[in-house]
Amino acid sequence: MSSKATILAGIRAAKPGPRPLPTLPPDPPPAPEEWEEAFRTVLAASKTTFVEAGELAAYVAATGAETVVSTLPGLEGNLDVTAIDDPLQLAGVDLAILPARIGVAENGALWVSEAECVHRVLPFITQHLILVLDRELLVGTMHQAYRRVQIDATGFGVWIAGPSKTADIEQSLVIGAHGARSLVVCLR
Amino acid sequence: MTHAKRAADFLRNESRANWHDESLWHVRSKRDTIIAGIPEWEALRQLGSDIKDNVLSNLDTYLEAFERQATANGVTVHWAADAAEHNRIVHGILERHAVDRIVKSKSMLTEECHLNTYLEEQGIEVVDTDLGERIIQLRKEPPSHIVMPAIHLKKEEIGQLFHEQLGTDAGASDPQYLTEAARQHLREKFLAAKAAITGVNFAIAETGGIVVCTNEGNADMGVHLAPVQIHCMGIEKVIPLAEHLGVFTRLLGRSATGQPITIYTSHHHRPKPGGEMHVVIVDNGRTKQLGREDFRNSLKCIRCGACMNTCPIYRRSGGHSYDHTIPGPIGSILSPGIDLKKHGDLAFASTLCGSCSDVCPVKIDIHDQLYKWRQIVSEEGHLENGKRLPLLGAGAVLSRDGAYNFMGKAARVALKLAPRALVYNRFNPWGETRELPEVPGESFKEWYANQRKDHEQ
Repeated sequence: MSSKATILAGIRAAKPGPRPLPTLPPDPPPAPEEWEEAFRTVLAASKTTFVEAGELAAYVAATGAETVVSTLPGLEGNLDVTAIDDPLQLAGVDLAILPARIGVAENGALWVSEAECVHRVLPFITQHLILVLDRELLVGTMHQAYRRVQIDATGFGVWIAGPSKTADIEQSLVIGAHGARSLVVCLR
Repeated sequence: MTHAKRAADFLRNESRANWHDESLWHVRSKRDTIIAGIPEWEALRQLGSDIKDNVLSNLDTYLEAFERQATANGVTVHWAADAAEHNRIVHGILERHAVDRIVKSKSMLTEECHLNTYLEEQGIEVVDTDLGERIIQLRKEPPSHIVMPAIHLKKEEIGQLFHEQLGTDAGASDPQYLTEAARQHLREKFLAAKAAITGVNFAIAETGGIVVCTNEGNADMGVHLAPVQIHCMGIEKVIPLAEHLGVFTRLLGRSATGQPITIYTSHHHRPKPGGEMHVVIVDNGRTKQLGREDFRNSLKCIRCGACMNTCPIYRRSGGHSYDHTIPGPIGSILSPGIDLKKHGDLAFASTLCGSCSDVCPVKIDIHDQLYKWRQIVSEEGHLENGKRLPLLGAGAVLSRDGAYNFMGKAARVALKLAPRALVYNRFNPWGETRELPEVPGESFKEWYANQRKDHEQ
């Protein structure tokens, strides 16, 4: 018998009787202002900063980043990520600016899929990351978020809720473990 | 060596034990603070528990659905009956691609299977990339906690380790500086790796994808740069629907470290263009646990570590004292099923206070299971004499009214008269670190009878 058959037979012999699936909570009533406030508060707590939409271009210029990748329509970088074959070539990216698909008020998570980042490693390998989200794409809870996003629409998608961090040395918070050293969010 | 003995060793350094206790309690407190912001927290735990109950009762069909969907997505799915087969499968994939160095993110399953040792014996360099995991890998130690693997170490020890192995400045122990050094060191490894291995937090039957949660971004740095990605999961990691991730992502980060969600929650569904994606589904004793009615709930665990952070025994004995891949309360109900003789004593590494069950995000009855394992350890004859004989004696006395009254009186008299050496000696391990309370003049029974008499008069 193959291991698959052995495992499945073992499960069938051992599993408990049927248990129903519970009903999940409904979407919370729309509260755009409260959601935005909660979204900003929780992201600020995870060391994320904000830039206003009108100031985004100036902010990017002022960072002095040498290698900039942008997939945000209307904002040009100086490295075309679609022209790159090997993700290793992104090792020198200083700043990436990507649109996000959805934002979650309760935890500050922003959905970025392969469609936005082109190379999956981009939001991680870049030294700094800017995510741009339309205000109307904010939702209240993760339950609502998973109803809005089709997680298998692309081969890869990720919730990003701050800059890369670790507390593995004596529980001291350090920002910039392996992924982006900073996250800036622009709501527009 | 027993857990009690290893715990005693840990406690020899009192200030360090206190520091460990406080570090963990700090994490538990952060969890409390953040769940206070979720009024429906208890209902959410119930949802998590109910979904996992449904998973256990449909595990076979969900796994088959997952495989079907994943295969349709272009993912190769493997099945491993035990650790040895898991290791052979992973090695086989690496061998086919002539891979001699890999990066790996945190996976308790691969720890359980001792994958690193196996691959290293085959000449493959394995680099753990979670900072805490890298630290303990360089120290050639197992993790002492499932979420914070190096929680037992002081920054000065890590500074010294990095000085020796990564060339950081002598005496430097600033966490920011040390983390930056690890970032630089591991970037080289990420860029050079030809394959990446991760664990799996959730596998979705509906979509055939897997979810990996990290704060550091190390799993993603590995997986997206290496041409071959391998994800190793226990059979119990599957969940039915994508929308159930809403429940578990809300529970996991808050329970683990008091965060609203992990920084990165990555959903992998198809191999990257030109790449390969493998998922290895592992049993290694889990179907056996599923068949144990009293203990199958342990398979609902989502590996948040909350039961460790809250446990008064774990906090004061350290993860290594459990001598098992998964320490703490959850480890203590998983390990006796794997090797009762070796790990049976872990069922006693608990005060049965129930705090583990109270914080568990999927409502596993951990302390009840600890109690039940104790019965089995005793029935199977694995109880050490130091526990077995006093319990036999206590059982004999407590079940006989007359004997109980007599022994109580005798003890009250004897304890008053006996020299200290007669009470506190090697036959009384309980007294090694504890003082008996002052001996009362009368028993509660006598006191109660006297009270009634006074009252009636």
